[in-house]
Amino acid sequence: MDSFWSVLGGAFGLVFALDPDLMEIIGLSMRVTLTAVFFACLIGLPLGAAVGAFRFPGRTFLAVVLNALMGLPPVVVGLLVYLMLSATGPLGPLRLLYTPTAMIIAQMVLVTPIVAALTRQLVEDLYREYSEQFASMGVGPLDRLTSLLWDARYSLLTVALAGFGRAVAEVGAVIIVGGNINHVTRVMTTTIALETSKGNLQLALALGVILLLIAFVVNACVMALRASAARAAYA
Amino acid sequence: MIRRALLALLGAAMIFQLIGQQAEADEKFIIVQSTTSTQNSGLFDYLLPRFQDRTGIQVRVVAVGTGQAIRNAANGDGDVLLVHSKPSEEKFVADGFGVARSDVMYNDFVIVGPASDPAKISGSNNVMEALRKIAEAKTLFASRGDDSGTHKAELRLWKAANIDAGAASGDWYRETGSGMGATLNTGTGMGAYIMTDRATWIAFGNKGDYQIMVEGDPKMFNQYGVVLVNPESHPHVKAKLGQAFVDWLLSNEGQAAIASYKVDGQQLFFPNANDGSG
Amino acid sequence: MRDLAFDTTSAPSSSQLAHQEAPLLEANGLTFSAGKEVLLEGVDLQIGQGTRTLIMGPNGAGKSLLLRLLHGLLKAQQGEVLWKSKPLSTQARRSQAMVFQRPVLLRRSVLANLKFALSVRGLRGGERAGKIDKALASAGLSHLAQRPARLLSGGEQQRLAVVRALACEPALLFLDEPTANLDPASTAAIEDLLVDANARGVTIVLVTHDAGQARRLGENVIFLQDGKVAETGSVEEVLNSPQSEPVRAWRDGRLYLGPNTQILRDHSGRIR
Repeated sequence: MDSFWSVLGGAFGLVFALDPDLMEIIGLSMRVTLTAVFFACLIGLPLGAAVGAFRFPGRTFLAVVLNALMGLPPVVVGLLVYLMLSATGPLGPLRLLYTPTAMIIAQMVLVTPIVAALTRQLVEDLYREYSEQFASMGVGPLDRLTSLLWDARYSLLTVALAGFGRAVAEVGAVIIVGGNINHVTRVMTTTIALETSKGNLQLALALGVILLLIAFVVNACVMALRASAARAAYA
Repeated sequence: MIRRALLALLGAAMIFQLIGQQAEADEKFIIVQSTTSTQNSGLFDYLLPRFQDRTGIQVRVVAVGTGQAIRNAANGDGDVLLVHSKPSEEKFVADGFGVARSDVMYNDFVIVGPASDPAKISGSNNVMEALRKIAEAKTLFASRGDDSGTHKAELRLWKAANIDAGAASGDWYRETGSGMGATLNTGTGMGAYIMTDRATWIAFGNKGDYQIMVEGDPKMFNQYGVVLVNPESHPHVKAKLGQAFVDWLLSNEGQAAIASYKVDGQQLFFPNANDGSG
Repeated sequence: MRDLAFDTTSAPSSSQLAHQEAPLLEANGLTFSAGKEVLLEGVDLQIGQGTRTLIMGPNGAGKSLLLRLLHGLLKAQQGEVLWKSKPLSTQARRSQAMVFQRPVLLRRSVLANLKFALSVRGLRGGERAGKIDKALASAGLSHLAQRPARLLSGGEQQRLAVVRALACEPALLFLDEPTANLDPASTAAIEDLLVDANARGVTIVLVTHDAGQARRLGENVIFLQDGKVAETGSVEEVLNSPQSEPVRAWRDGRLYLGPNTQILRDHSGRIR
């Protein structure tokens, strides 16, 4: 049996040679996860900011719910989304099951609570700083939301990264709603699961290392963005 | 700067999504609900490109446990069902979910175990005797425990040997509740005997010092069947394309393709569509 | 920029105007408690249009609290606040503005901070740009327009906060110890802005600890002690010839520890 290092070397060879199958899998992973995180932020950022910046009955309860939903098990989410998208389910006629769109939907369900809960905390803390001045200036609710979100923009990048980390690493949801179909819905994590089930542990591990490196690169890029902003002294 | 970056990302995301979705809508494809053991053997990777070259139809395989595959197909989440559990397949048709069931191919089950062979069953071709020895010696046995075709076949064998293995669950009988590959990983990891289909075993990459202990007993014959999902119960089922796939599998060309699939020089599946009734 | 050397009567007074109209801002019997603790009790006051009023007193007297009640940021348990003889409403608050002890600026450029404040008031385009340019010029911050506001020095930030408030053209400007943390040069700049604004008709209500600032800026003084109004009057009256014990103690540099204390100390060690 080949040593782990030779397999890892082989896997990297595939990366540098731009092996089409591997590129396809990486590309799909990125497309699914980045799209899901994007839409999760679109929903989660204003939602979290609203809960953080406004006072209304049931607010604390909602905050607790959002925090709790951060711990949604991916496989449960996969099951729920599958039941929705199945041919016998309410959204069956949309024919979305076993497509990348289904995977994006499932990951959105997973990531939105994370984005919302973390945003809520950030915005709440920030609002404490501004609440009197905003009241004095007569800042309306919409302006309050947008100005707080924009003010927290660099911390919110980290929130988006947290969502990205959760999505790129999960397999339980995408494998149920995507079906791990070759060339259609097979992503990095489901490939790792498949190779593991075939006993090709070293290949699975090598792919895992590549996945880690991709996540590392994404994080590094965002951090660089933050650093340049910090140098422009976003105090 | 960050505002512009975000807007660009939004635009890109939407464009990617639209392109992707459109591309999928244009392709001719069917969904086949099948089992993990068939998938892990590598048969589909070998067979399906041939079918696609012939007909232009892309076959998308969802590989899950037999029970889940049948339930998915009953829900209409697939166009064709390809599993190895004849009684379940016939019930599927009888319940109106399938059009008709046909034999496709068979392979056999084997029992694998560690080189140390604590129950001393190596080289046997008598599965009843081997199972009795395992039960008496109370050596570890890893079962799928997931209601799959393999699992159901295993249970039939225990029953035929008059052994209540379930009573020893958690003791020497370990139910993993997983697919074949995961069960093999778990079983080899704990040094247990495992019943597996030969195809998956040959293609399995983590054998350690394991070998085939018991093989060749006619009771371990494993029949695969294919069923077209009934378009009358689910109108959106791609009946024509699905039927094309079924027909091809049963045709001389399809059967020959199945027979020609080899791993390490060994043939894994034996076509038998024409050996009698379905 | 005004000359740094002030004399005590330098600040122009517009008190003639004040006597002719009803008070712009009025408080009657304001009482505020937090839990069991009464923080303000029975406060009555009148602020005339175009006047400069200083609210003074030792720490914990309730000055900042009073300011917030007058501005409508808090609601008193008893008593009322009247703006132009009508109860205080959010509409009324639009004619007011407030500057806090520590400037509260958004994490964006100086220019963007001004833009934000004006767009909240519904101003857009050329009109808004014009007001921004004027505000920056009056504060001497034009060359720092693109700088992130939080990078400015303390004095520059507070100047920005003041011109931001003034750019919205309030009828009354509240300030809560705006120069408490600033050096003399910055303090002078802020005071100039306030005097100029007042000359244009903006009513000023300012909380301060600083007797010198009181003499430079003040017209009227409200002196608070332990949540009650100890004395009111013009600057000359209250600071030069105080009638009440709290103010006299304050002026003399003694700590006023309550109406029943027999022993009052100063730090020369003498007991009086």
